[in-house]
Amino acid sequence: MRENDVILQTVSKVAVFIVLTFGVYLFLAGHHHPGGGFIGGLMLSSAFVLLYLAFDVETVNKGLPFDYKKVAALGVLIATLTGTGSLVFDSSFLSQTFAYFNLPIFGKTELATVMLFESGVALGVIGVVVTIIISISEDV
Amino acid sequence: MTLIHLFIFVPILVALLIPFIGKWFPKLHLGWAAFPVPVLLFTFFLAKIPETADGGSIYGSISWIRALDLAFAVHLDGLSLIFTLLITGIGSLVVLYSIFYLSKEREPLSHFYAYLLLFMSAMLGVVLSDNMMVLYVFWEMTSISSFLLIAFWFRRKKSRYGAQKSFLITVGGGLSMLVGFIMLYTMTGTNSIQEIISMRDAISDHQLFVPALILILIGAFTKSAQFPFHIWLPDAMEAPTPVSAYLHSATMVKAGLFLVARFTPVFGGEAAWFWLVSSVGMFTMFWGSFTAVRQKDLKALLAYSTISQLGLIMSLFGLGSAALQGGASIESVVYTKAIFVALFHLVNHSTFKGALFMVVGIIDHEVGTRDIRKLGGLLSFMPVTFTLAVISGFSMAGLPPFNGFLSKEMFFTAALQAGSMDIFSMDTWGLLFPIVAWIGSIFTFVYSMFIVVRTFLGPYRRERLEKTPHEAPVGMLISPIVLCVIIVVLFFIPNVLSHYLLAPAMNSVLPSYQGMEGLVPHIAAWHGFNLELLMTAGVVVFGFLLMKTYRSWQGVYELFPENRSIDRGYQWLLIGSEIGSKKATNLYMTGFLRNYLYYIYGFLLLSVGGTLFLTDGLSIRLSNDVPVALYEMLLVFIMAAAGVSILFTKSRMTAALLNGVLGYSIAIFFVLFRAPDLALTQLVVETVTTVLFLLCFYHLPEWSKEDRALKVRIPKIIISVGMGILTVLLALSVQGNKLFDSISSYFEDSYDLAGGRNIVNAILGDFRAFDTMLEVVVLFIAGVGVYTLVKLKTPKGADDHERK
Repeated sequence: MRENDVILQTVSKVAVFIVLTFGVYLFLAGHHHPGGGFIGGLMLSSAFVLLYLAFDVETVNKGLPFDYKKVAALGVLIATLTGTGSLVFDSSFLSQTFAYFNLPIFGKTELATVMLFESGVALGVIGVVVTIIISISEDV
Repeated sequence: MTLIHLFIFVPILVALLIPFIGKWFPKLHLGWAAFPVPVLLFTFFLAKIPETADGGSIYGSISWIRALDLAFAVHLDGLSLIFTLLITGIGSLVVLYSIFYLSKEREPLSHFYAYLLLFMSAMLGVVLSDNMMVLYVFWEMTSISSFLLIAFWFRRKKSRYGAQKSFLITVGGGLSMLVGFIMLYTMTGTNSIQEIISMRDAISDHQLFVPALILILIGAFTKSAQFPFHIWLPDAMEAPTPVSAYLHSATMVKAGLFLVARFTPVFGGEAAWFWLVSSVGMFTMFWGSFTAVRQKDLKALLAYSTISQLGLIMSLFGLGSAALQGGASIESVVYTKAIFVALFHLVNHSTFKGALFMVVGIIDHEVGTRDIRKLGGLLSFMPVTFTLAVISGFSMAGLPPFNGFLSKEMFFTAALQAGSMDIFSMDTWGLLFPIVAWIGSIFTFVYSMFIVVRTFLGPYRRERLEKTPHEAPVGMLISPIVLCVIIVVLFFIPNVLSHYLLAPAMNSVLPSYQGMEGLVPHIAAWHGFNLELLMTAGVVVFGFLLMKTYRSWQGVYELFPENRSIDRGYQWLLIGSEIGSKKATNLYMTGFLRNYLYYIYGFLLLSVGGTLFLTDGLSIRLSNDVPVALYEMLLVFIMAAAGVSILFTKSRMTAALLNGVLGYSIAIFFVLFRAPDLALTQLVVETVTTVLFLLCFYHLPEWSKEDRALKVRIPKIIISVGMGILTVLLALSVQGNKLFDSISSYFEDSYDLAGGRNIVNAILGDFRAFDTMLEVVVLFIAGVGVYTLVKLKTPKGADDHERK
């Protein structure tokens, strides 16, 4: 992907942040509202894809030095390990729990273990989507 | 959860760390990092002896999937304890030995020790699991680690061949064992071995009882290299010698024996069990020792000798199972002696065969060859190794004052007893047992002597050797010395071993005999001038004669030519199945995308459409449907227009964009029908796929109007129109049918159950989290697949080389 489109680049610089923020919002909102790990992860990866479209791979990799294969692997690892975590508390594999806490700024907040699991899902999605897009685009 | 659970996984955890330790301490021989693990485990299990010595056992369970009765349950009793001590004890010695055997500079040691520790965990899991499914998983893990270790020098063609062979045979047997386990589960409704044992009488008349018995035995026979599955063991000798000493003589091949011992309380007393285990074992014992004599390679000789010894122990388990016929009674307690000998010899075999493998490893290491025809006269160069070879070799031959003598004598007793049994129509065939046992023992004596005499005595010929021989370094000698000391010590104090290890194991193999008088015999080196002693004397005399006259009778082996062996059968099967599957694949893999689409959609049409019509599922009732609004009509019209236009486009770009129109319109439908989750997902997926599609443009050929012949077009039209109609009919029938009660009311409680108001995500992340987890794994596999296909292409020209 080698683009040199000024309009696209300028728009992307702003748009990426909006998309990224929206992705993070979707990820966090998933417990009660539309969103969740899968959609959040997809949204975040679409932001990365937009970056790769607007700029060339080397530039983006300089700014975001991730190995997306490792990101994907990390995600899968988190998703499976959070499942085994429940075994330590003598409940069955992948069972989730939740509780309410009073946090300083947020007030009464619900924290759920499903979030850990969903973060694994999100990382897995980001890693896989960007890996596929990059490897196909670099093959040119 | 007990400490045992944790200790099963300690080796795997250390295995994960091994590569990092290698990076942090580049000067360290990684063996020193692995060495503490088996030593720690050995002391842990040694400390458990008092708890099992009086027949007690330790049980602990972690529930996993209750609906499938899957629980990670461990059960440590006398039988498991013997095996855990062998695994960790021999494991410690083998790791120590390997530190001096494998060169740090030339070998990828992190692989070696990671595989070895993986094996250790797997093997501990096999002998400690109480749940059959968990046992099966560990069982296959031993096969996998064995595969990796045999192929350790994977650049050698023979290593790869041996690894593949052992893998195919042992995993094949494992699958058969799995089916046997499932049959047991359907009979009893539980996966716990201990519970199945307590239900034994209730299931013995079940029609699946004998099939399950046979299938489980196939698993045990393949793993323990019993005839005719023994062919993998000689090829497995391509592994580094420490691996052969550990996996392929002391532990992994004994997993089959463990399985037989573990299931003796379930199947023992059944005629099929008795006959299969004892006769297969006895024949394997004879065939292994007979074939071992002809071997020229010392390791191959030891491989056949292992096969023979495993057969011996197997047959003893079979003979001993007669004690369970008609229930436990004081009259039949005499038959239990065979099981006692089996356990005793199991320990003895691990000591002397482990030592022998290490001795052969030393010879290979210091002399550069294992060919028995080239070796000779090494006594003056390697006196210590010679002494070790004498001790372990004589123990294997069954000579005093070594532990092999004791168990060999008791083996004769058990075989003689079998000759006088009056159950299972043994009165007609029983006499064969002592005869075959005796002949097999003669050959055992011959090959044991070959190892000692032809290697260390006889003429020394320097020109045939690769290096000038010299004594091995001290580090390499420690492990076999320890084993040889045990060999001698066990001869003098066998009853200590019997009291602490064998007696508790007897109780777990024969629970119905627990604590009965005469269950644990007194082991004595001298038991008067009886038939057994006479048989041993005969073995020595005839063995000596056969050894001296080997040249004149080795022609016997010409009667069993290589090209009519079972090995050939295996190769024929392997090559035949390769050719056959290649032909079958070429039949339908045409290379045309349209053909593959025909298969997929044709299958869908036939199966789904067929079911729809055969079950009268087609019922369209439009009366319940909501009225269609105008803007919905409009949207449908746009989609239809876009869909039809794709057929007539001239460029790929237009087609891709029109496809995008379809995708986004569906997203609008999701919005209209109040499914924001789906709409969001659809939008983002559509965007990402469009980008992907555009990227792939570089790789696609020119958009050419392909073959317009009617012959090609008609099937295309039929399939596509058919699929369209089927989808519409399906969608309408789904509305018209209501087969089951709605389950959505359960999910509506998501806020109370999972603390989330978003039902969709509560289902994804909590109620059906297992599905989601597997989906992420599948996605990851797909991603890695794309990456490897695109990135790791073989460069042009190297293609042929890679395929060979």
